[in-house]
Amino acid sequence: MDEPRRIDEAAEPPPGRDAIIRVRGLEVGFGEKTIFKNLDLDVYRGEILGFVGGSGTGKSVLTRAILGLLPTRAGTIEVFGKDRATITARERRDIETRWGVLFQNGALFSGLTVKENVQMPMREHRHLSQAMMDDLAMLKIEMVGLRPDAADKYPSELSGGMIKRAALARALALDPDIVFLDEPTSGLDPIGAADFDDLIATLRDTLGLTVYMVTHDLDSLFSVCDRIAALAEQRVIAEGPIETMLASDHPWLRSYFHGKRARAVANESA
Amino acid sequence: MAATDAPEARSPDEGTRPAPQADAARGALALSGDWTSEFGDTLERAARSLTEGATGGEAGAKGPVVLDLSGIGRLDTAGAVAIERARRAITARGAEPRIEGASRPHARLLDEVSQAGLELPEHTRTSPFVDFLVDVGRVMVDAGRDLVSGIVFLGEVVAALGRVAMRPWRFRGTSLVNQIDQIALRGLPIILLISFVVGAIIAQQGIFQLLQFGAATFAVDLIGILVLRELGVLLSAIMVAGRSGSAFTAEIGAMKMREEIDALRVMGLDPIEVLVVPRILGLVISLPLLAFCASMSAILGGGLVAWAYGGVSPDVFVARLREAIDLSTFMVGMIKAPFMAVMIGVIACIEGLAVKGSAESLGQHVTASVVKAIFMVIVLDGVFAMFFAALDF
Repeated sequence: MDEPRRIDEAAEPPPGRDAIIRVRGLEVGFGEKTIFKNLDLDVYRGEILGFVGGSGTGKSVLTRAILGLLPTRAGTIEVFGKDRATITARERRDIETRWGVLFQNGALFSGLTVKENVQMPMREHRHLSQAMMDDLAMLKIEMVGLRPDAADKYPSELSGGMIKRAALARALALDPDIVFLDEPTSGLDPIGAADFDDLIATLRDTLGLTVYMVTHDLDSLFSVCDRIAALAEQRVIAEGPIETMLASDHPWLRSYFHGKRARAVANESA
Repeated sequence: MAATDAPEARSPDEGTRPAPQADAARGALALSGDWTSEFGDTLERAARSLTEGATGGEAGAKGPVVLDLSGIGRLDTAGAVAIERARRAITARGAEPRIEGASRPHARLLDEVSQAGLELPEHTRTSPFVDFLVDVGRVMVDAGRDLVSGIVFLGEVVAALGRVAMRPWRFRGTSLVNQIDQIALRGLPIILLISFVVGAIIAQQGIFQLLQFGAATFAVDLIGILVLRELGVLLSAIMVAGRSGSAFTAEIGAMKMREEIDALRVMGLDPIEVLVVPRILGLVISLPLLAFCASMSAILGGGLVAWAYGGVSPDVFVARLREAIDLSTFMVGMIKAPFMAVMIGVIACIEGLAVKGSAESLGQHVTASVVKAIFMVIVLDGVFAMFFAALDF
């Protein structure tokens, strides 16, 4: 990517922009413990949203709540304009074919090859011929930067970076509108992480993806994210482009974005 | 369609969306509708008709063909692949396809797809007969390897036991007690129950058959000898192989999958000493105890049925039993138990350590562990039967 960020197009959202995901007043907790209270969050079409928060503040919990893997106590989660709580089974299935999820550890089905993993959603939700599915799977595998010979390997034969790429290929199998990435660059070396960031930006541009990315990687936040949302004190304390984060007075944000590591990244990308 | 970067909104109701189509009009092939994977077969038919229209139509298969994409609604990678395949097929038939009128995002996607190889790695085809021979050969080689690895593993366990005996303070007593709790105490109720039922069945059948010769009391001999020599220990061993053998394989296999075994090794701990020795020792201690309890339970079951069904009163039953069996009958059963325990433990631990990275592999090894253990327990029982017969014990 020669142009690291597209500030002109995406950083300033025009009013009334199309929100793919709209969370309002969300409350989630386990037993006595409350994880969020009154949490609001929007994810707009075509953007790359970086989601940050300290360890244990519930970033993954929010992702899982949006995906419907966790029960909520209060509040609404609208996905593609539909409230998760009131949709029919058919609508839910439809939503589930329109998002892709990259779990933190890949969650590739260990008994299937990479190619079969990628074809799994196609086989279940679409009526395509085997030849077409083979072509599509190979295309996705190439798109995420894996070599073609990785297609017939099993997940246990892949390295950590390859697993992330293979899992992304599976997340992209049905050309989703939005992909959820849970720490996509954790465990990758800096070069691999930068490649992955570029890959996500490229895919956003070619496929018109919306990307929701939970990350701790300051490089990703500075280089590919259009907007950042920060989770602390059981809610989203700030959202906006990186400039907003840098200008914020909140103590946690100040230590996050003005720490030694953040300054080094900021100087580099300035 | 204006050149725009904004991806168009999707409406989820499939029925109202235009299906992909390809029509010949004014010297060009006009594509229309949504070329997306939701349409599945229709999409592929449209792509085929595109190829046919370009090459089989009035102009023959020569010269330039224009594919007009300006009428396309939505396009995803499946649609792009379909168009790209049609384009390649048209090229292969001698015509020169040219894509026109694509919006910017569509053009970018098509460009991406056209750069991809779309080729599957080559597969070498083999004949099924050769595959069969290869499979048979592999099974034989694997069986031989299993035998060797079993002996090697047994040697490692004995060596680890020796190390533990040299330095008894390194022995994991807590782990051993935990294993005995899991194997013997928690396994006891079910083993007592099945032994009781099996003893009752044998008594009922024995009395029923022997009554024809007026020798119903000999059913007591049958119960006593059969249960003490064979059934008590065999039932316990099979149950333990299914209950504890599978648990060992699953525990050790899951640890292997998550590199916990490697973690032990790099911390200077011997996985055999830490994981395998307490389990096998636990089995060696538990199985004889279980076999004894199972035998008693089976005799009790047999005795009750003999009393209720055959009219053999308890004092007659006990007197008859004392005549029918001696200490050697009891010992034959009990001697076998520790050997079967070692067999089950070694097989379960070998299978656990052989688990590879996938969940499927774990399942296969747990199954293999139980099947092999039960098979070997029965084989071992047969070998002991011949051995004791030769000794006249």
